[in-house]
Amino acid sequence: MSQETLQVFIDGVVRYFHHTNDKDVKVGTPYLVENHNPAAYDITGIIGISGPYRGCVYFTAPRILLKHLLLSIGELETSNEHIFDLVGEVANTISGNARSRFGHEFMISVPVMIEGAPNQIHLPVQMRSYVIPVYWKAYHAAVVICLEQ
Amino acid sequence: MFSLMIVDDSNIIRRKIERGHDADKFRIVAVAANGVEAIAAFKQARPQVVTMDLTMPEMDGIDCIQQLIALDASLRILVVSALSDKATGIAALKKGARGFLCKPFTDEQLSAALSELTED
Repeated sequence: MSQETLQVFIDGVVRYFHHTNDKDVKVGTPYLVENHNPAAYDITGIIGISGPYRGCVYFTAPRILLKHLLLSIGELETSNEHIFDLVGEVANTISGNARSRFGHEFMISVPVMIEGAPNQIHLPVQMRSYVIPVYWKAYHAAVVICLEQ
Repeated sequence: MFSLMIVDDSNIIRRKIERGHDADKFRIVAVAANGVEAIAAFKQARPQVVTMDLTMPEMDGIDCIQQLIALDASLRILVVSALSDKATGIAALKKGARGFLCKPFTDEQLSAALSELTED
């Protein structure tokens, strides 16, 4: 995957956090992981990708980050339902925004939200993923890109 | 005062639009989580303005726009979506949408987009 492709998703996550009340987000250096040991925090929102690119994009974060993120977008009800909704919405927004670069053939699914790491249904074990570390407030999260052309 | 229906599969986005719209200009009469719900809610509530997500289960936003416009050609639809490519925006406009607001958005951007939709 090219640096340019990764930058599309880096820009997407920065844009998302810049629309919250706590805009000070930092993105770390992306790194590769084997899919049999995927990067994951408490809750994960997964978007399936089809078209010229195939695979998935997911956003994974600790529950406490998602609670604070809800508050930061003005949502005072930090229920479990809203936390799962939010992690899916972040993944959907980052993936959807990527179409400004990849075009309408970059097809995205509705989000699937799970606790913990994606399983083999979403993340083929023979592939590797790029992990983009995300640092917001005192918390760590990640956007993970598993795509093949 | 315009009657408004919010269509989005994300409850937090529906609630964000409920909080962020200009209450002096819009009165929310219906909310829906997908296109199928939106068609049913439209027939009951007959809103003048709709905010419409595109990526939704059951029926997506593009199909829903087409069906809503067939029911009421004067309906003012603002697409509110993360899908930021030009082709998707053009497809939505061809089906009858009148505006496009890209996610993520601020309350100010939402108010401006809704105001623009109801100016003419």
